[in-house]
Amino acid sequence: MDWQALSLSLQLASATALLLLPPSVWLARLLAWSDWRGRAALEAAILLPLVLPPTVLGYYLLLGLGGASPLGQAYHALSGRMLVFSFDGLLVASLIVNLPFAVQPMQRSFAAIPRELREAAWVSGLSRWQTFRRIELPLAWPGIAAALALSFAHTLGEFGVVLMVGGSLPGETRTIAIAIYDQAQAFNDAAAAGMSALLLALSFVAVILVSRLGRSLPRR
Amino acid sequence: MTLSARLEQTAPIPLAAEIGCASGELLALVGPSGSGKSTILRCLAGLHRPAAGHVRCADATWFDAARGIDVRPQERRVGFVFQNYALFPHLSALANVVQALGHLPPAERAARARHWLARCNLDGFDDRRPAELSGGQQQRVALARALAREPQVLLLDEPFSAVDQVTRRKLLRQLIELRRSLAIPIVLVTHDLEEAALLADRMTVLHRGRTLQTAAPETMLAQPASALVARLTDQPNLFEGKVLQHLPAADTTLIEWLGRPLAASHQPAFAVGETVSWLVPEAAVVLVREHQSERENTVSAVVSERLAWRGHATVSARVDGRREATLNFAIGAAVAQRRGIVPGMRVPLQLQKSAIRLLAADVAIAGQAGTTGKGQST
Repeated sequence: MDWQALSLSLQLASATALLLLPPSVWLARLLAWSDWRGRAALEAAILLPLVLPPTVLGYYLLLGLGGASPLGQAYHALSGRMLVFSFDGLLVASLIVNLPFAVQPMQRSFAAIPRELREAAWVSGLSRWQTFRRIELPLAWPGIAAALALSFAHTLGEFGVVLMVGGSLPGETRTIAIAIYDQAQAFNDAAAAGMSALLLALSFVAVILVSRLGRSLPRR
Repeated sequence: MTLSARLEQTAPIPLAAEIGCASGELLALVGPSGSGKSTILRCLAGLHRPAAGHVRCADATWFDAARGIDVRPQERRVGFVFQNYALFPHLSALANVVQALGHLPPAERAARARHWLARCNLDGFDDRRPAELSGGQQQRVALARALAREPQVLLLDEPFSAVDQVTRRKLLRQLIELRRSLAIPIVLVTHDLEEAALLADRMTVLHRGRTLQTAAPETMLAQPASALVARLTDQPNLFEGKVLQHLPAADTTLIEWLGRPLAASHQPAFAVGETVSWLVPEAAVVLVREHQSERENTVSAVVSERLAWRGHATVSARVDGRREATLNFAIGAAVAQRRGIVPGMRVPLQLQKSAIRLLAADVAIAGQAGTTGKGQST
């Protein structure tokens, strides 16, 4: 068992899920309730990582985060390090790749809140923020929790994009999924089997969590 | 006038509405679905912004398109009962009401919420979630939440449409009782004319976003401003005729209907030869005896339908066998029984002269006259 890779994966997955939370809630509400030109385009852009081959996505991320890119140069100027093949670069890539997994379940649960409920809150005197905290959040939380679980589990298992953007530097970018690949390539079956079983169990728990939360979506 | 509003827009649905409601008054907005009733309520509450017009309540201006004023719903002090109540499903009845008590210190809110639930006859249901309440109970929680805000205006959007008949009667009675103690304007949206007549001091008839007439319910039924209003308020005896002659000395205007002369009270606003719509209230269609059939305005009609309900019978009878000439009237069920009023029977009916009202012809009546009567089928 590559404990270092496991710990790195868990860090990456937790950071991804937590950092994605605020922007995803904002995007999910925007997509669930407003109707404007360009909404469909934004929705499509967010869904794109679901259908693109990880290598294609990884290639573009490599370009976008690389030393020649503005983002890569800015990061280099600040930290003196390269963004690609680093944990930070991996995190940026992971945030983008996981956007659909975070936004979709939230969007569905926000869309399930009838418009009149928010209006009833406003005419009752609740501010937009109070309405969000007291009405929307409690009603949408199953979707939000499902989104957290999904993006966490998906980050644990992400392979292609990680390999393209991060490579396999121990302690920096070698996640558990990469470690399994390395062990399997080296015919180290026992290690690969152990880590695979662990990942399987974690993913299974996450999926059960998501489906149970999905069933407790707010009643209309 | 404590609440006054003029609302205009062309999209998404056209509005050209003018409404006013005094303190302690209940104004009913009636009209077919899609006539803009709910949109008007939403404008009053600040949930929808019309293109032009104003909304004023007491001394405050809530909306004024020309002056760029649009007060947020949170600051309008409006009590709003939504059609499906819009109760917060994750909160108890008590917590639902507490949400509207933000103007009180937190320590006082629970007691105050209990007070409002009790006022709405809902003691003992504090901890129930909306899903655990019956439709009628949900409506009362919604009403308690609306009143808890101590609103300056109470807006009710079809508050009785989602409950069964029996519950509805009960809730209506409770609302009639409750409103005596409310010294604020109350605006009720409904498509149910009976409900409007029962509750409202005045009613405003709407058609395609336009306010056509505002009057007390009895006045509206007796003196609709136009054939369209008569149609929208479901007046059964609405027909078309032609002005024959004015006889001011006899207080009479003669009209022609189905080739017969018919005497109405003198209504000089209509020119001789003009095609008019005319109306006779159900109560002014009188079943007379055979030997009285030579009386003024008496026509012979064949009964096409008799509906009896709680001691009353509503009878439809056709003149000259014509569907578009169906007269409707009501008599006691016992009378109907005694006189043997059954479909197929020929009866003499007198149309009381003083109750016949002429209205500017409505182009739609010619085509739709057959559907204005209540019971056409036999």
